Amino acid sequence: MVMRSVLPITTILAALIVLWYAGAIFLNAQWERDQAQRAGTTITWAEIVPKTMQQDRPMLPAPHQVAEEIWKTTFGQRIPRRYDSTLEAWIHSKRSLFHHAWITLSATLLGFAMGTVIGLLLAIGIVHNRVLDLSLMPWVIASQTIPILAVAPMIIVVLYNVGISGLVAKASISAYLSFFPVVVGAVKGLRSPDPMQLDLMRTYNASASQIFWKLRWPSSLPFVFASLKIAVAIALVGAIIGELPTGAQGGFGARMLNGSYYGQVLIIWSALVSAAVCAGLLVGLIGLVQRVVLRRMGMSR
Amino acid sequence: MTIWLVLGAMIWAGGWGLNIWMSRQSVFATGMVPVIFGVTILFLWEAAVRGFEVSPVILPPPSAVGEALAANMPTLWADFVQTVLKSVLPGYAIGCGAAVLTAIAIDRSPFLQRGLLPIGNLAAALPIVGIAPIMVMWFGFDWQSKAAVVVLMVFFPTLVNTMEGLAASERMQRDLMRTYAASYGQTLVKLRLPAAAPFIFNGLKISSTLALIGAIVAEFFGTPIVGMGFRISTEIGRMALDMVWAEIVVAALTGSLFYGLITMIERATTFWHPSQR
Repeated sequence: MVMRSVLPITTILAALIVLWYAGAIFLNAQWERDQAQRAGTTITWAEIVPKTMQQDRPMLPAPHQVAEEIWKTTFGQRIPRRYDSTLEAWIHSKRSLFHHAWITLSATLLGFAMGTVIGLLLAIGIVHNRVLDLSLMPWVIASQTIPILAVAPMIIVVLYNVGISGLVAKASISAYLSFFPVVVGAVKGLRSPDPMQLDLMRTYNASASQIFWKLRWPSSLPFVFASLKIAVAIALVGAIIGELPTGAQGGFGARMLNGSYYGQVLIIWSALVSAAVCAGLLVGLIGLVQRVVLRRMGMSR
Repeated sequence: MTIWLVLGAMIWAGGWGLNIWMSRQSVFATGMVPVIFGVTILFLWEAAVRGFEVSPVILPPPSAVGEALAANMPTLWADFVQTVLKSVLPGYAIGCGAAVLTAIAIDRSPFLQRGLLPIGNLAAALPIVGIAPIMVMWFGFDWQSKAAVVVLMVFFPTLVNTMEGLAASERMQRDLMRTYAASYGQTLVKLRLPAAAPFIFNGLKISSTLALIGAIVAEFFGTPIVGMGFRISTEIGRMALDMVWAEIVVAALTGSLFYGLITMIERATTFWHPSQR
């Protein structure tokens, strides 16, 4: 199954990279032609193509330029002398992408943890209490029609005014976004045991907490894990957007905003690509935990 | 001050008790439960802001938001036109249209499908809003760049859902079409697209909220002096939070209406599906 899809995926990826290169040549060629015209010379395609690959401020940087920029700001960076070790420089140096990645990831993970806990508690309440079910569920859904990402700047400012700033403020946006898929998934999962199983527990004279721990919770796990994957991806988006308005000192969002102010396209793209890699890693990690847990419980196919 | 707090506590208790009573009543009464809950929250908000004397810079009371909403109708309408009618709707139509067409185009190649499905799933999880500054650089400050961000944001969720939907028809049904000697096109139009409709609508619903977010966030990176994202960021700068909340109300209403509209179309077109009955 895995091997069967490796070839198609690599083919599509290769095609995407070829498309990216073609796009880079096409979009950057205009600038080279303008330069040539200004210099009073004409320029052929054979001369344009290699030049479009190495502009300082391209419309669309070629993939290898982005890779080079990422390498330069991660493993390949020169270590300033004031740092004792490479590791320390990676974590503290503002030019290091690891530094920015850590800032964003710490907010993401904190927000994700908060959102998961809130989501699970709400779901447990909704499943066990009819009043909560009727009054809360519609509002949980309505809460997501507010484009929270769009008002993230205001929330950051408001939280700053009540004395919450930095990490927790960003994390609360992630939490607000990530609690929703957890509630929906967990409610569905906690209700997934069929009446026969619930009746069986009742014939055992099981208490509500015993039913929860021995039946509802284990059978909800596949649903919860599916939700957690969505939640962690959306928490990362929340953390990045949370960094946009506050003049944050670091993080992928601050990096993108800086790049956009100073027209440093390569910085934006390297932040984008690294954020994408982080999202992939986080989702993959949860997928891994899911597989291990479900296998230990004898639920995986 | 304490009067407001006591009043708030009373309303809270009253609303809560009413809801407990209502939840044991008929179907009509249970429908009222969330409404009462919402009204209670609004009152509690108003009472808490007044009772604790919260500065309007931190949290304006709902009444102030209502006033701002009523007083700034022309501005809010102009922002709505710029952001929703000019950026969101064209971007949404182009993005979802392109995604459905792409899914149908690669429908005949299992090879491409196996490659594109995992990549599409990953791309749907990526922070695509980050592309906003680049789009602003390419397409300029006006609505075109926002529409481009919307296109990219809605494309992958719709694509993945449509691909799953096209695979949803059952083998028996496809075999039946073959015994009728139906061509590929006939099978697609008469069996597989209708079977895919619930999935496509699911993608369209997810995309509807994403589209609004994409357009508003893209406006943070540069815009003409109109638009919901522009208004939110400038009014925050002026600490006029009642106006920001008014804009949020407009955005939430728009999002709910958009979502509701798609749900209504879904009900009308996929009335045969078990989930609609």
